[in-house]
This record gives sequence, structure tokens and C-alpha cells, in this order.
Amino acid sequence: MLKVDAISKSFRGLKAVSSASFEVPQGAIVALIGPNGAGKTTCFNMIAGVFAPDSGRIIFQENEIQDKRPDQVCVAGIGRTFQIVKPFAGLSVLDNVMVGALLREKSASSARALALGVLKKLKLEEKKDYPASALTLPDRKRLEVARALATRPKLLLLDEVMAGLRPTETDLMVEVFRDLNRTDGLTILLIEHVMRAVMALAQKVVVLHHGEIIASGAPAEVVRHPAVLECYLGEETEV
Amino acid sequence: MPLDLVVNVTIAGVLTGMVYGLMALGLSVIFGVVRVVNFAHGEMMTIAMYAAVSLFAAFQLDPFLAAIPVAAGFFVLGYLLQAGLINPFITRPEHSQFMLMVAVAIIMVNGMLIAFGPDARNVQIAYQLESWEIGKILLDKPRVYAALMAAATSAALFLFFKLSLTGKAIRACADNHLGALVVGLNVKHLYALTFGLGAACVAVAGCMMILFLDVTPSLGPSYTLLAFIIVIVGGLGSLTGALLGGVLIGLSEALAGLFIQPSAKSMFCYGLLILVLLFRPQGLLGKKS
Amino acid sequence: MKQKVLLLVLFAVLLIFPKVVNPYLLSVGTLILYLAYTGQAWNVMMGFAGQLSLGHSLYVGVGAYAAAAIFVHYGIGPWAGVWLAIAVCVAIGAAIGFLAFRFGISGVYFALLTIAFAEFTRIGFDHLNWTGGSGGLFLKVAQRDQIDLANFRGPPEMYYYSILILVFAALVLCNYLLKSKAGYYWQAIRENEEAAQALGINTFRWKMLAVVISSAMTAVSGVFFAFYYNNLFPEQIFHISRSIEIILAPIIGGVGTLFGPILGAVVLTVLSDSITELLAYFGWEIPGIKQVFYGIVLLLVIMFLPHGIWPPLARKLGLAK
Repeated sequence: MLKVDAISKSFRGLKAVSSASFEVPQGAIVALIGPNGAGKTTCFNMIAGVFAPDSGRIIFQENEIQDKRPDQVCVAGIGRTFQIVKPFAGLSVLDNVMVGALLREKSASSARALALGVLKKLKLEEKKDYPASALTLPDRKRLEVARALATRPKLLLLDEVMAGLRPTETDLMVEVFRDLNRTDGLTILLIEHVMRAVMALAQKVVVLHHGEIIASGAPAEVVRHPAVLECYLGEETEV
Repeated sequence: MPLDLVVNVTIAGVLTGMVYGLMALGLSVIFGVVRVVNFAHGEMMTIAMYAAVSLFAAFQLDPFLAAIPVAAGFFVLGYLLQAGLINPFITRPEHSQFMLMVAVAIIMVNGMLIAFGPDARNVQIAYQLESWEIGKILLDKPRVYAALMAAATSAALFLFFKLSLTGKAIRACADNHLGALVVGLNVKHLYALTFGLGAACVAVAGCMMILFLDVTPSLGPSYTLLAFIIVIVGGLGSLTGALLGGVLIGLSEALAGLFIQPSAKSMFCYGLLILVLLFRPQGLLGKKS
Repeated sequence: MKQKVLLLVLFAVLLIFPKVVNPYLLSVGTLILYLAYTGQAWNVMMGFAGQLSLGHSLYVGVGAYAAAAIFVHYGIGPWAGVWLAIAVCVAIGAAIGFLAFRFGISGVYFALLTIAFAEFTRIGFDHLNWTGGSGGLFLKVAQRDQIDLANFRGPPEMYYYSILILVFAALVLCNYLLKSKAGYYWQAIRENEEAAQALGINTFRWKMLAVVISSAMTAVSGVFFAFYYNNLFPEQIFHISRSIEIILAPIIGGVGTLFGPILGAVVLTVLSDSITELLAYFGWEIPGIKQVFYGIVLLLVIMFLPHGIWPPLARKLGLAK
């Protein structure tokens, strides 16, 4: 569904991403991991259209999207969340999600119906009239996901959505995503540091380090890959 | 167009521009550090002009001498204004801060109208009409004195920021608000200090302006806009830029008044502002944010 | 339900207002409604799309001059003139919006840009002879006791009812807009533009829409101004104090709300006129006191009621959601 083909990005001479290539098959859940500063969010931002790669292509469902604006990328079917959540603080929870729903629904009433359905899936429907600013962090994260889901994406980009959650909350989120993947066929690409979630969710893991892909494959293999161990834990030294 | 006329107008423009520069310097300091859009800047200068007029009327005090107590007074008032009124607004959305200063400006302009009436006021001093003649070139005495005063005040401010510990602390706040807090700087106090300094600059500029301009309450808003034009053209966050911008605007105003119609000279300034905002918002010397 | 009842009561009061008051109060009422309408038009750009325009006098002035000029020079009545006014103002608004949004100008810089355009136009009109230059443009004041609707001339009541209709039309329009896709998208853009883009919103297009609607509505306000006051001076109509006047009512009443501008206009005019009357009663005729009062009210509202008077009032009356 998504093919990232040798994308690179430099910021004022610092190479953030260097010729990265990976694929996200339809219906899969793929995790993008790597140490801090590896270039994961930069990749996301390129896919989401925040900025264009210096070189390379991004192909989504047979179309090249590397030069598209963020709103065009969303219309094409890619939804995203932000690492630092960006709720519409002055609006209610329901209104937040309705903004997302209005992309595909023509009227406010059908958008409301869609929004309520999404809130129910994310277990937020009881708080639908709360102002978004009144939510706790876990709820804000769920709101962020709900809003993106309301745009009926075919591919969902999740940027460290588990950060700051307690283990029980993490498990809840994992369940929600598993469910969406299983029943609705939602393809998911997620950046994660929380290995608990990565191991539970991902069918494929891609590892980024200093802007380069150093490993890719099933979770169990990747986690044992020497290059991966080295980048997280450092080189083995003889004692 | 006789050459000596052009030269004289140019010189007058540059000299006036230095006073504009001092006024804009005050705004640049305030805007650059505290990040508050001081929409009452021109009004503050107008009040300074009235202060100079009043001191002259009461004590025959030369505006150059009056600049000292007026600047001191403005420093205190500026400090209090920032500490008392504006500080809580640092964290509020931009348009809130903007409107706060608009409200202050409205009160100031009309306060002056009530206190001094709508008629123009000025000072009459012996040397106001004198000038030095170097060949065909005329140098107006008040303009030269004013420009020198403006230069001296600017230099003092520069040295303060460059050399003194407080000055460096203020620059630190401007660079990184959170960082300044983290290292234990009393940011609120430093902001108030900065506003006070900016106000003092404006005060000196006002005392200079009264030498070649009559003051009316409505002067305020046009000088606020002028100060912003200068700061934006010269570059936000650059003190040198404010001075350079001031001279540039003073010069272009003078020349525009000469070659185009005098009443159209401010049109030129607004046109320049529009162009700068669109194509080079960081101004001539500012840092790209 | 409560909201609809209150609205009907308000409408009824406003309908009979001219019948029960003296001519001076009628003119005050007309002014309040004029400020309310113009404030509502400005509100669309600021309250809905979050763009602070401090140069709205530009649209009032251009709209007024456009309709007035063709009336004076060609005898074309205001019902046709208003379309020209709207067309010109929309073009200008679109140009400013385009320049600003394409070049990423927002916040304070956008506000300064709007001021610069208004000031530029003010001085420009001072030198425009076709519209009378700085000497002003004058419309023939026809008989005040006959209603000449085609040329929009008539007794003061006619003007009052016209602006009343405009205010209610604006209310209906804004209510519709707020509840529609546009309303949601504008609020999203205002709250967090980046997040809005990630949800598929073409923020440039929607911001332009707000600017276009706002300038079109303000153009109509200008046409009303021209045919009500019958004289136009660039120094007055384009002046920055006009722009500030326009925004006082919505800010005091409540930016982004439906009733904010109207409430603000009422509060501001009623209170300030009362103060002036009170002071005059004591023999204190002080020019400028009214504006000082405006400034103080604005200051207090910004400090203590940053969202305006309407939100807390609505809550007290049990009208908020």
C-alpha cells in the first residue's frame, strides 16, 4: 500500500534521513523504531506531506505523493497523529472529531453520526461534550486517534501514541488498534519506543538509525539482530 | 531640481532619521525582548513631547536638559506599566496583548486631548531657527543637536547591552525565555527593566522631536505606525537595524516629500512596509525566525 | 428554546424602538446597529478564522466610495452600486488574503499588513480627484419625508429598519456558517492550523473564504454609511480609529460568538453616551472623554473578561450549551 523509495532529507547540512526505503503492505501493522534522533518523525513528516524529501519517492496506492501538501495527503487516505498532541482545545471532544468527519461526510448531521461511532470505538463517547482542554493525556491521545480515524483513512500514521501511558492504558490502545486492523482492515504504520506495544502489535518492524534503515523484518528476528542491538545497547566490549 | 536643495533635504532627512531611529530603538528593545507589540509606542513619544512642552512652559527648561528628568520618569512609568499591566499577558494569545496596548493607546491619546486640548503646542528656543552654513549646505542646529543626542543615547544603550551584566541577562531572556527562567533569572523584573529602558529611549526621542515638530494628540498613532515600519524594515531583534531603518525612513520620507507630493510621503512608507512584510519579513538586518 | 424566545423578544423591542423614542435616540440606535453589523462582519474574519484585521476601515471606505461615486457621477442607485462595492472589496480582500497567506504572514504581522493597506488607501484617496480627494464626496440629500427606496433616501426610520434587517440577516448568515462545515473548519484552523491540515483541510482556501465573506459584508456596511451620512472624507472613513471602532464592539461583546458584536455595540454606546450625558449634566463638556471611556472599558474587558461579555452572560442566562 505504501512504498517509501530511497527518501532523503537534510536540514542545514545535517542528514536526518539517508536513502530510506521500506514498504507497508496493505492490511499490515508496521512499526518504525530506532533510537532518539534516528529520523523516524522526519520520515513520518515526509509521508504526511509536512515537507518534501530532498530526493526519492513516496508511493501510496500507485500514486506518488511526495510533493503533496498535508491536506492533500489526508484526502488521499493517510491519517496521522502528532507526537505532541494537538487537540482543538476550545472545542468539545465531539466537535474535534466532527472536524475530521467532515472530510468525507457532506452534512453536519452525518458527520456527527460518524464522529459518535468513532468515539464509541475509542471509548470516549461519555466525554463527548467535554472541552478538549479538560481531558487527561491518555484521553487526549485517544482523541487524537479518533479525529484521524474520522477522516476514514486507509493508512494511519501513529507517532509515539503510547508515550506517557501506563501499561494498562497501553494495552487498551493496543486492543483498539488490533481491532481496527482486524475488523476494518486498517493499515497502520507506527513510531514507537514502547516495546510492549511494538511486540504486541507489529507484524513487521523497520529499524532506523542515524537516518538509515539498518534492519527490517518480523519483530522477533529484528529484536535479535546484531546491528539493532548495537544501536540500542552499544558495541560489545571485551572485558 | 537644484542640487543643493536635494543635498539639504537629504541631510535633514538623515538627521531626523536618527531621532526616528532612537524612537524605533525603544520599540525594538521592547518588541525584541518582551515580545509585546507596543501599540502605544507613538503615544508614549507624544506624551514625552508634551512633557517637554510643559517643562519648557513652566521652567524655560531646554528640551535637551528636560530629556533627563523625562527619561527618568518614563523609565519608572515604563517599568510599572510592564510589571503591573503587561506581565500577566505574556502567556496570553497575541491578539490579546495587541488589544491591551491598543486600549492603553486609546486612553493615552484621549487623555492628552483632555489635558492639553487639540491645538498644536511647541517650544520656542533661540537656536531653533539657526543653522550653520557650509557653502550652500545648510545644517539646522536643532536637527544636528538632536541627532547627536540620539546617537549618544543609542550608544549608551548599546554599551549597556553589550557590557553590563544586566544587559546580558536581558539578551538572554530575549534569546530563550524558558532557559532564562531555568538559570534563575528574574525574568519579570528584567522584562519590566527592558520596558523601562525602551520607554526612556522614547522619552529622549520625544524631547528631541519637539524641537522641529509641533505636538498634537493625534501624532501618537502615526508615530506608532512609523516606529513599526522602521523596526520591521530594519529588522526585528536588531538594534542596529532599528537605527539604520530610522535613517532610511527619515531619508526616504524627506526625498519622497521633495520629489513626489509632500502629502504622499507616508504613502511611500506604507508601501515599503507592505513590500518588506511580504518579501523580507526579517527586515534588512534581522534574524530569520 | 430559551434562545429563540429571547431572540423574538429582542426583535420585537427593536421593531417598536423607532416609534417610541426621540430622533436623537433613534440616531443612536441606528449607530448601535451599524456598529453591530460591521462588527459582525469583522468577526467572521477574526472570530471564525482567527485573522486579526486592524484595517477593516479599508472595506467600509472602498465600499462607500464605490457606490457613492457611481451614484454621484452616473446616477446609478445603491441597489446596483452595492454589487460594485462588494465586487471591489472582495477583490481587495482576496488580494490581501492571498498575499498574506501565501507568504505565511499571520498574527501581528498580518495585523500590521492590514493597517498598512488601509493607511495606503487613505492617502491614496486623498489624492483621487474622481472621488473628491481630501475635500470629500457629497451625496445630494433628498427630501427626508419621502421614501425613495430606489435611491435609498428617506426618513431616519427607513435607515433604522434597513440596518436592522442587515443585522438580522448577518445573524442568520453567521449562525448558518458557524453550524456548517465552514464553521467547524474555521474553528479548527483558529485553534491549531497544523492539526487542521492533517485532517484534510485546505487551510489557505478556507481562510480566503473567511476574508472574502468578511470583506463582502463590510462593503455593504460601507454603502449604508455612504447613503446614510451622505458625505465621505478619506481622512475620516479610512482612519485607523475607524478600524479600531469597528473591532471594539466584537471584542468587548465576545469575539467569535454570534451575539458578541451586538451586545458589545449596545454596551459600548449606551454606557459611553450615558457617561457623556451625565458629565454634561454636571457641566463638564470634555471632548475625548468618551474615547477614554472606550479605552478603559476595552482594557477592563481584555484583562478580566478575555472572551468578552457574552460568554459569561450567556452562562448566567442559561443559554450556553
